[in-house]
Formats: sequence, structure tokens, C-alpha cells
Amino acid sequence: MKVQINSQLCQGHGRCYDLAPSLFGDDDEGYGQVLGDGVVPPGEEQDARLAVANCPERAIELIEES
Amino acid sequence: MTTDERFSRDFRDARPDEPVGTRNPIVTGPVSDWATDFSHLEPEWAADPYPIQDDLRERCPVAHTGRFGGGWLPTRYEDVAAIAYDTERFSSRSIIMSNFRPPREVAPIGGSPPISSDPPFHHDARKLLLPAFTRTAVERQEPATRALCHSLIDDFGGQDIVDAARDYAQHIPMRVIADMLGFPPEDGPQFRQFVENTLEGVNLPPEERIARMSALFDYLLEQIHDHIDNPRDDLTMFLINAELYGRKLEPSHVAGTMALLLIAGIDTTWSAIGASLWHLAKEQADRERIVAEPGLLPTAMEEFLRAYAPVTMARLVKDDMQWNGVDMKADDWILLSFPAANRDPAQFDRAADVVIDREVNRHAAFGLGIHRCVGSHLARMELRVALEVWLARIPVFTLADPSAVTWSTGQIRGPRTLPLRLG
Repeated sequence: MKVQINSQLCQGHGRCYDLAPSLFGDDDEGYGQVLGDGVVPPGEEQDARLAVANCPERAIELIEES
Repeated sequence: MTTDERFSRDFRDARPDEPVGTRNPIVTGPVSDWATDFSHLEPEWAADPYPIQDDLRERCPVAHTGRFGGGWLPTRYEDVAAIAYDTERFSSRSIIMSNFRPPREVAPIGGSPPISSDPPFHHDARKLLLPAFTRTAVERQEPATRALCHSLIDDFGGQDIVDAARDYAQHIPMRVIADMLGFPPEDGPQFRQFVENTLEGVNLPPEERIARMSALFDYLLEQIHDHIDNPRDDLTMFLINAELYGRKLEPSHVAGTMALLLIAGIDTTWSAIGASLWHLAKEQADRERIVAEPGLLPTAMEEFLRAYAPVTMARLVKDDMQWNGVDMKADDWILLSFPAANRDPAQFDRAADVVIDREVNRHAAFGLGIHRCVGSHLARMELRVALEVWLARIPVFTLADPSAVTWSTGQIRGPRTLPLRLG
């Protein structure tokens, strides 16, 4: 499972880095950034899903790898 | 002493050829039908706007009014979002629905950039402000905010009943933004006047409204001069020195942004803190649960922001058009109600209920799209700290007199009198 942010949609609400601080951070202007390669470590799937579900701009995608 | 030619004359001295805006007759008094004659300035709306919004959402999702020279009120989340995203057809050149429309020529900058700006200027004016308002940047204000909250509670001095809106909530954002702008903390009472004049004085006679706005800009100009004479590291100094497109900002841009940060930074957060305390005073089970599980506070806070979203914005229609089945005219207002969007059952389960452990909460309290509240991280910090300190110091409190609670009128909604019985 992997997360990515569509920077065209992100407006810097910051819900992702509040709810899933080990997966997302903020840049110098407050926009969300994926930390590292975006691969969700085992045990953090729920945080990732919460970040996706709470983004007011629907800017976060969850890619489920089979 | 440094001189800065930009501020040596009053930037408000209009040139004779400058375009003027348009005024319309002021209409007040009871609303006949909310679908065709709405007014967010009437007491019925101030007392409880949610049943009105819920009713409109069911029978007439986009209400109209002839007041304010004509305007529309969408009540569905989907419609509010569509307008917030559509900066091509809806302008932000005035974001307070009133009886005065500034001339079209003020676009794309507007009187208080970037909230009053349209693309492409908006992006550049906003970019200047963003670094000062990131979550990381506002963390620096947290220790002083926490200390302030404690000192406000110390000042209650063992009283049984306190007014949590007047004696607690209002002081927190006032002091924080005054510190950030580098204004004297003792000027707080004046800020309250400025806020009320701007946001609640909408139906005053035009001369009076102009005189009151002019007092705000006199004050800001005084602060600008004081900063030029005594430079220091704060947001006012930053705006005085900031550059856009290779030159320093226009004086009206500096003062307009200062006005925005002062006005928008105070009333909104004051309202959010007050509404949250009002809810917790009223709903004993919610209060007890958060006191027992402090880790739930961030989630509960988002729910208070959804259910009691303090901020409604406005837009102006750019050109005549058909929009979702209604006939919009150029310069019609849109009252962009994020509170109404946040209670749309098509977007939220149990939309009318306050569910303090709601995990999925894609609310629009801070707006949607390019005008997302630039101070949202600051507001969330202040709200969280205000509630943490209150609940730690005063875990038990109730409404002293529910009928004595009063709410602000206009586009920012929150308690202005909130007597609470402590203990």
C-alpha cells in the first residue's frame, strides 16, 4: 500500500500530517508532503486510510498494491 | 528615522477619476420567506440558523433574496464546494455580503488581499503569507498561548459564574494576533470594535460604515508608522518589507492584509472556542468523556468545527448566467455558507448530530479550494490549547442560564455572551 498527494488539489489543510504524522509532513508553505517513498509500513494502514478520508480536497490517493 | 515614501501620504486619498462602487437600499426587518427573502442579519438567523438551512436544503437548495441588492444562498455541500472551486465565474472582490459592492476595477486584488483577490494575483499574494502560518511556524506561539489561557483562568479568581465568551474565548486570538502583528497588547478593546464594525455593522448607514472602517485604517497606518520608526521582527514589518514582482507592496496592500489578519484572526477563533465550550457545558456526557479521554480532543475539536463552523464567506457573480437551474445576474451576491455545507446529510452521516468521536470528517469549516483559511493551523492550535487548558483547570461546568447566551450576527457565528457555572 502506497500514499500519494495530488499537489494540484492540495491546499495545505494539513489533515494528513495531523492524522498520519509518520506518513506525511508539511513543506515550507504548509502543503502536505509524502515522507519517503510513500510506502505504508505494516500497522499504519488505518492512519493512511484516515488521512485519505479526511482530506477536504480529496487530494490523497491510496494505491493498493496486489 | 527611516522614511518610507509609500506611507507619507494617506493611500486612501482617492484620485478624482477613481471608480466608485454601487450602493443599494438597506432592507431590514422580519424575513417573509427564507427561500425568497433570506437575511443572515436578522435575529432569527443569529439565534439558530440550522433549522432554516436544513429546511432550505430540502425544499429549495439555492435560496434567493432581494435584500443587499440581490443574492443567493446555496445550502448543499456539493453546491457550496462547486462555487468555492469556481473562481472563473465567482469573484472574491468582496467577501462580506453588504449593501455596497466595490467597483469591478478592484479585482483581482481587492481591499484585503489575498482573501479579496482572484487568480492569478491571489496566488502570489497568498504565497507571501503562507510560510508564517504553517503548522510548524505557529507552534512557536503555543507556549505563550498556553500561558495566556492559564492567566485568564487565574483571573476568574474563584467566581462561580464567568462569561466564557467575554472573559476567556475573545482574549486568546486577540492577544495572539496582536503579538504576531506587533501591536500593543493593551489595544485589545479597540480590536473588538474594529471586528464588530467590519463584520456586524453591515446594515448601518453608509456614512457610518465608512467612518468606522476609516478608524480601523487610521489605526493600521499608525502601526505602520510606528514600525517604520521602530523596526522589529513581526508580521507588520514583514509586510512593509515584502516584495512582489520585484517591488515593495502597494501601501493599500500592506494595510489591507494587516486588516485581514487582524479581523479574520480574532472573531473566527473566538467563535470556535466559545461554541465548543457552549457545547461542552450543555452536553455533560461529551464533556465527561473528553475529560476522561483527553486523547479524543483533536477528533472532538474537528467535530465542533464541522457542526459549529463559524465562518461564512461571500462571492460576487461575475456575469449573468444560468447556474444549477437559477438565473444569476452579474454582481449578485453568493452567501457561501460552509456551516450549511457541513450539515448536509448527503455528505455526512448523522449530519445534525454532534458526534465527538466522528473519525471521517471531511468538513469545510476552513473553506475549500484556493482560499483555504490561511490561519487554519493557528486557529486549530489556539482552539486546542484553549480547550486543553480549560478542561484541565475546570473539568466541571454547566450553562448558568441558557437563555442568557447570545450569538453574533452576520457571517461569523459564535457566542458573544456565555455565562458558565464553574464546578
